Amino acid sequence: MIHIKRLQEDSADILALIGEIDASSSIELDLAIAKSVGEGATKILIDCSSLEYISSAGLGVFMSYIEEFKDKNIKMVLYGMNDKVANTFEILGLNELLDITKDKAQAKRMIQ
Amino acid sequence: MVGVITWLALLFTDISIVLSSTNNIKSDIPLWIPNVILNLFILTLYYYYKLKVEREDSLNFVDLLWRVFATGLVATVISLALKLVEFLIGSTKLTNHVVFVDLLYMINLGLMIGFLIMAFMAWKRLILYQKSKWLLRLWNFFEWGLLFSLIYNSFDFPFVEELYVTLLTFFVIIGLILSGNMKWVAYLNFRQKWTSLLLLLLTIFYLLYGLFTMSSLVESLSTKTANYTDYQFHIFILSIITFVTLYSIFSFLVILFNLPTSSVFEQKLEEVVNFQRISQSIQTEQSEESVYNILLETSVSTVFADAAWLEVKHPDQPSKLYTYKITDKEAYEIISHLNAQNVKGILDQGSDKTRNLSKHLAALRGSRFRSILAFPIYVKGENIGTLALLKELAESFNKEMTKIVSTFANQAGISIENFRLMEEALQNERYKEELKIAKNVQKSLLPDVLEQDKDFEIAAFSESADEVGGDYYDTLRTNDNEVSLIIADVSGKGTTAAFHMSQMKGIFHSLAQHCIQADEFMRRANQALVYCLERGSFISATFFIVNTLTKKIQYSRAGHCPVLYYHAADNSTEYFKDKGIALGMVRNKSYGSFIQAYEFEYKPNDIMVLYTDGITEAKNDKGEEFGYERLAEILSEVKSLSPKEIQEHLINKLYEFSGTKNINDDYTTMIVKFK
Repeated sequence: MIHIKRLQEDSADILALIGEIDASSSIELDLAIAKSVGEGATKILIDCSSLEYISSAGLGVFMSYIEEFKDKNIKMVLYGMNDKVANTFEILGLNELLDITKDKAQAKRMIQ
Repeated sequence: MVGVITWLALLFTDISIVLSSTNNIKSDIPLWIPNVILNLFILTLYYYYKLKVEREDSLNFVDLLWRVFATGLVATVISLALKLVEFLIGSTKLTNHVVFVDLLYMINLGLMIGFLIMAFMAWKRLILYQKSKWLLRLWNFFEWGLLFSLIYNSFDFPFVEELYVTLLTFFVIIGLILSGNMKWVAYLNFRQKWTSLLLLLLTIFYLLYGLFTMSSLVESLSTKTANYTDYQFHIFILSIITFVTLYSIFSFLVILFNLPTSSVFEQKLEEVVNFQRISQSIQTEQSEESVYNILLETSVSTVFADAAWLEVKHPDQPSKLYTYKITDKEAYEIISHLNAQNVKGILDQGSDKTRNLSKHLAALRGSRFRSILAFPIYVKGENIGTLALLKELAESFNKEMTKIVSTFANQAGISIENFRLMEEALQNERYKEELKIAKNVQKSLLPDVLEQDKDFEIAAFSESADEVGGDYYDTLRTNDNEVSLIIADVSGKGTTAAFHMSQMKGIFHSLAQHCIQADEFMRRANQALVYCLERGSFISATFFIVNTLTKKIQYSRAGHCPVLYYHAADNSTEYFKDKGIALGMVRNKSYGSFIQAYEFEYKPNDIMVLYTDGITEAKNDKGEEFGYERLAEILSEVKSLSPKEIQEHLINKLYEFSGTKNINDDYTTMIVKFK
């Protein structure tokens, strides 16, 4: 089960992920990101501080946007993830493809 | 055959009786003889007609009445012919002779008895239609009582008038009670009722004619001789005459009074049949469409509608119209008219009640219809369509009709719902079957035998969750000194995961053959997979080349779980957390920069544990994960055992930890122990 809160701060879309992302809830994540992009957001922050678990399907969602964001010059930064979730990203090597940082302040700096 | 025998019996008895009658004057033959022969004749006829009527059990009511009528007709025609002969001969000595009169009387009596018994058997069938236990008992009592009365008549018991009257009254009363059973009348339709009336009327006429003839003959006979066989004292004959006549008259009257209501009954019967058709349509019909058509047809025929349509809503298409004697154009005119009148909740799908909309229709000029009735059709509480019935007469739908059609509409809704459920169940079954096939395919992709060597031993274990998974492991010997190993995890589940897994297997077997470097293997694998992995799918894998000559292992990790390695030399375990991203994550040449090859030397008794995340992410009932530390601890517990034993121990510990064998993920491990 995942709950996604969306708010806007300083021209950036902030998507706060609350709960767990598995194969079925990854669809919601995909829709949320697609919606932000569709509405013209060029700066997307993903707040992972309340994300407890992410499955490979959830990682696949982030992965699938990497190239599109590069082409459209959209910046996405993930921040605040706990060790376990961070480890999942690391094992797959996604930390090398995505911008992942500690907290919101740093994340904001990265998208400026 | 039976007919011939009885006819002979009839002739024989006739002649005997006539002879005895003439001989009577000389008083040579005992008086009881003719009675016995008459009773034997009655019995023969009785069994003849009993068999005849019982044999033809497929006869319907009208056919039965027809048989009775035909028997009566034959009897009457013969009797009339005899009268004609008597008339032609004129009043001579012969016609006044006692033997001639007696012969006439006997022939008439025989015909009359035949007719009566035929009618008796036919009425029996009618009365016992839809019989109860009580009715059957009463009838048997009546029938056997009548037969026993023959015995009384056979012998010349002293004539007791009181007993005779009592018995006769008794039989007449039972006959009356039995005559109350007219259930069969209800099953005749209007036409059949008219036919029956005519047949019964003629039957009654024959009966009356027969009685009249008989009594006139008896009268003329009684003036000439005293010793003739008088049917008027025969209980059986009298009882049966009374019974047959009574029942004929009753039936006639009952049918007559039922005539006006027969159309109602017929309609009810048709409703029942229609209702059955709708209910059965679910089992036999091939599509929803035929259910709609049956609903339309049955509703129209039940309320005698002049026209009707059925509007069925489809989620993504314009609604579909099934019509009866009305053009689509006309129907849409009415619909748009009603919408224009702003009648709330009507033919639009929002209607939740059956409604009589006739008053709104009155305002539509140019329409031939003056009455309209609309019914919603529900499937699982969702309105899927509207049935509209039309009549040219104003105010011509009554409450009764509304109720029935509304029941039909409900039943059709249920039929369609059942139909959809069945469809769903079938789909589900197909899906399950597909999964089963995919699971078999997946199982067959895993190797049956793993490569072994004098330098190492390998054991592996893999189990997938209920759904098909995408865990893969394999080994391949490339030359005398080199063996390649792989462990991989395809993201996602189901048939696509199994499909990607088979691609991975193909890639492994073709690329590993060429003794390429481990990182080159990953680069080429990524290149190959880019074309078949859909957006968001990837494969994590670790690829090893074990060289037994140099005692070195080269490997490359593409986003797969870090290798757990036990160093026998210093009795320590470690995870190889190297760089490397999963296959398919970067879909261009730059992937090469994210992947690297590593190399290390192995020593005897070293252990390498390869696994998928199904093991480390397995949870216990507290929600804790199995984790990396636990895995390392378990390995050090059993480091001295064989790979197979280590594997078994690890899986047992995993089950123990999660408290079940049904772990909700695929979990795979491959253990390599060096010598």
